[in-house]
Amino acid sequence: MIEVCAVDDVPLGEGRAATVAQRRIAIFHADSGWYALEDGCPHLGGPLSDGILADHCVVCPLHDRRFDLASGEALTDGEGVTAHRVEVRGDRVCVELAPARALASAA
Amino acid sequence: MSSEGIAIVGGGIAGQSLCEAVIGRDPDARVTLVCAEEHLPYDRVRLSEILVSGEGPEGLQLRPEEWYADNRVEILSGRWVEALDAQRAELTLDGGERRSFASVALCTGSRPLMPPIPGLDLPGVVPFRGPEDCEMIRRAAGEGARVAVIGGGLLGLEAAYGVASRGCAVTVVHLMDRLMERQLDAGAAAMLQPAIEALGVEVLLERQTECVLGDERATGLRFAGGEELEADLIVVSIGITPEKALAQSAGLEVKRGIVVDDRLKTSADRVLAVGECAEHRGTVYGLVAPIYDQARVAAVTLTDAESDETYNGSLQWAKLKVMGVDLVSIGSAEGPQEAVTANAEGPLYRKLVLADGRAAGAVLLGDVRGTEALLDAIRCDDEVADPLERLAAAAAATAADLPDGAQICDCNGVCKGDLVAAVREQGAGSAREVMALTRAGTGCGSCKPMVKEVVAEATGGAAEEPAFLCPCKRQTREELARRIGEEGHTAVSDVTAACGTGRECGLCKPALAYLVSEVNDNRHREERSARYINDRVHANIQNDGTFSVVPRMYGGVTTPDQLRRIADAAERYEARMVKVTGGQRIDLLGVAKEDLPAIWRDIGMPSGHAYAKAIRTVKTCVGTDFCRFGIGDSIDLGVRMEREWEGLHTPAKVKSGVSGCPRNCAEATVKDIGAVAVEGGWQLRIAGAAGGTVREADVLATLETADELLRLATVFLQYYREHADHKERMYDFVPRIGLEEIRAVVTDERRSAELLERFRIAKAAAAAKDPWLERDEPYHPRQFEDLDGAGGRAMGELVGPPEDADEGAVPALVGPPEDGER
Ligand code: SRM
Ligand SMILES: Cc1cc2nc3c(=O)[nH]c(=O)nc-3n(C[C@H](O)[C@H](O)[C@H](O)COP(=O)(O)OP(=O)(O)OC[C@H]3O[C@@H](n4cnc5c(N)ncnc54)[C@H](O)[C@@H]3O)c2cc1C
Ligand code: SF4
Ligand code: FES
Repeated sequence: MIEVCAVDDVPLGEGRAATVAQRRIAIFHADSGWYALEDGCPHLGGPLSDGILADHCVVCPLHDRRFDLASGEALTDGEGVTAHRVEVRGDRVCVELAPARALASAA
Repeated sequence: MSSEGIAIVGGGIAGQSLCEAVIGRDPDARVTLVCAEEHLPYDRVRLSEILVSGEGPEGLQLRPEEWYADNRVEILSGRWVEALDAQRAELTLDGGERRSFASVALCTGSRPLMPPIPGLDLPGVVPFRGPEDCEMIRRAAGEGARVAVIGGGLLGLEAAYGVASRGCAVTVVHLMDRLMERQLDAGAAAMLQPAIEALGVEVLLERQTECVLGDERATGLRFAGGEELEADLIVVSIGITPEKALAQSAGLEVKRGIVVDDRLKTSADRVLAVGECAEHRGTVYGLVAPIYDQARVAAVTLTDAESDETYNGSLQWAKLKVMGVDLVSIGSAEGPQEAVTANAEGPLYRKLVLADGRAAGAVLLGDVRGTEALLDAIRCDDEVADPLERLAAAAAATAADLPDGAQICDCNGVCKGDLVAAVREQGAGSAREVMALTRAGTGCGSCKPMVKEVVAEATGGAAEEPAFLCPCKRQTREELARRIGEEGHTAVSDVTAACGTGRECGLCKPALAYLVSEVNDNRHREERSARYINDRVHANIQNDGTFSVVPRMYGGVTTPDQLRRIADAAERYEARMVKVTGGQRIDLLGVAKEDLPAIWRDIGMPSGHAYAKAIRTVKTCVGTDFCRFGIGDSIDLGVRMEREWEGLHTPAKVKSGVSGCPRNCAEATVKDIGAVAVEGGWQLRIAGAAGGTVREADVLATLETADELLRLATVFLQYYREHADHKERMYDFVPRIGLEEIRAVVTDERRSAELLERFRIAKAAAAAKDPWLERDEPYHPRQFEDLDGAGGRAMGELVGPPEDADEGAVPALVGPPEDGER
């Protein structure tokens, strides 16, 4: 687990980007809890951390693709994003990075 | 109907539309669709979209997965039919499984034609036919790559445009002496070439490719005569050849394609063929429109043994899908009698071809208005006395002039009659519903305006949709507004909790945020989390996640001091570009989110709201202050307008313009709200547009003084704020409500006074806070910052397992997952 921020650092209902172990991830503070996804939208790299949160998903700010907060699964067309495990310990928010998604083999 | 069902081999547009036509005629039909491709049937015609966007073919899918289950269609994707026993209508699938049916329809389409040129099998040479080709082209065609496209026909040009828009240097190599010789005459082709070249595509005509150069990979082309062309990627698009192997080995009659009769039957009674694989009366079609005609008749043949409905061939016509080059070719491009209107500079070329005094073909380049009307005339062999007059009349045709058979949506083969039937027989009341029922307008979207026009005509111009503010709530703007008012909701979360299903989709939050603020006259509880990122940081997010800053410059007027401060800030914060905008403001593009507060502080000007659905710019001309023609003080009125309205959010953006005389240098007649000084007063124009839609503004009133104009315009603005749907620009709103209705409201003494009163309350609350002042009082300490540098420890530092952890999760930086629970 890697500590990323304090619970007060992300306003309720919003997301923020963080660099953890050289990877850009988005930390979300939703009504239903904390979530973390890879920050770059698989479409054209939009910052999901700047997206609008609904109760179970985030909407990419560039072209409105939607992703499930818990699994990273795409709820609209295309690929999903990697989801990371988040844990709140006291007033600290920690994540455990999942391995990066294997890139579609470019054979 | 036999219980054995119908097998369709091939899930292209032909297979899918036949499947739909069969089910449309007999909802109990059992259809099995075998598609060799892994994807569900998709729209091949729109393939070049994914060449440009890089998305997968899912977005082009013709029907969602549930559709097949709902209609009990058995779909076998990724399966290949290896053999056909035509007498028994039996298929052998890959793997050896055999299935027999009542009948079989072959919709095997075609393969790209590859010429017998040495080197064509080298890596780096691709055809342009399927999603995998697009993927390959995309991967090889990075910015700066040199690409050669062999073939200057419809598809070759489309491929060239696709790769050119990815930043490649593209050369089209064509064998003939003009582009698209199959569809165009020499005159149109001569005008098409410069238009294509203007897109940055080089065109080489009369080049016969002798071989592909390169050992490991293609490195270029050699032409007959020895000339060479270097290229990193070679796209081959010289034509197609019908996929008839299956039919051939089954012993069916084949020539160029699989031979079919007028009922689309092959030489075997229980086997039909439809689409690009079929040859009917000597013709093999390579376009989609004939496929719909064929599928319709084939479905009749399959479901009604007694029917004598026949297919009599289709008119060939095509539209070039290259942005910025409008081109349509219908039927014969040349004939015994021709009428042409042309303008080389335009480029504009419109031609109608007659044979025996009847419409036989047309070519439209540059201005394709009237396509539907001409198509219909040519399809019906209309007698034409004066072809020039007919060309002009076609351009002016409206929905009402079109006959029922006129095709409106080319992507999905939907005619005007189908749209009208959706309204009259299926009870659709709005364009949106009609589009959902008929699928018109769901392809490339270019026919949407015509669909709307036809629907308006069919409904007698009756009220448009009950447009739900958002599908997740199934409530209209009016219903929600009423409940917000009556139940006293002051924040988006209250509305979400009280109305609808409680579940939210995320897409409607900004619409609700506006509604809550509007109904509460801006004395609502602001929840920033319901706002789009632009409205959380008061700047416009850009493709790379940076932002742009556009300070307000009332009426487009600035001062040396402001310019100096803008220049300094641009340098200090390394704006990637400083640009004069189309709205007479200055834009600092490409700045970092965390620099926004400091930039605003240094510039010291108010927000221009260029990022919001709000009052935007008021564009002005120099007017009486300087201009020798000026008859009204346009700068003064423009600045007053902008000050009067600034800071207000609106359903969609509102842009204005004020011109000091009818020469209209501020383009006020294509603005949402425009004012034009005329002899003796001011004209108030509303609902103009010059973006994606172009519309000349309506004259709402002519007033004697600027004060009167400002008052009436404000009343109208407030009426719009209260009644328009989310994202509904004035150019849609005013025609929906009707100009007369609006005029009646805004000139009614009592109603206009009420509107003004509510405007003042809303404005007072809005004007109290320029959003850029949040630089000093952010709503949250991290309003503009990400988390790098947050937290007590350095980012990426490990922390141990929590004290109470039972298993003791292994701290891992990056690395393989611990495989779940184990
Ligand atoms: C900056 C500017 C282009 C420029 O460099 O000149 C611009 C930039 C954008 N325009 Fe525009 N428009 C700009 C003038 C215009 C104009 C001309 C004008 O304002 O006089 C038009 C035609 C008039 C109109 O509004 O219809 C215009 C019609 C559009 C449209 C099409 C609207 C329509 O209904 O047809 C969009 C898309 C939309 O709103 O959904 C759009 C959307 C956009 C967005 C905001 C795209 C987006 O949604 O993110 C662009 C932001 C770029 C960026 O990253 O910052 N922009 N855009 C202009 C800023 C004007 C200003 O000073 O505030
Ligand atoms: C990039 C591009 C742009 C185009 N633009 C236009 C346009 O603007 N206007 C226009 O009118 N036309 C256009 N066309 C042409 C149009 O797309 C075709 O006419 C149409 O898609 C052909 O449909 P089809 O179903 O007959 O054939 P196909 O789409 O080729 O479908 C045949 C399917 O059958 C499958 N199949 C074949 N044999 C077997 C077997 N033995 N077992 C199982 N499956 C099998 C194939 O894999 C394939 O999926 C365009 C084509 C391309 C490639
Ligand atoms: S026209 Fe407007 S929306 Fe389109 S790219 Fe230019 S700035 Fe962006
Ligand atoms: S970048 Fe996310 S939807 Fe386009």
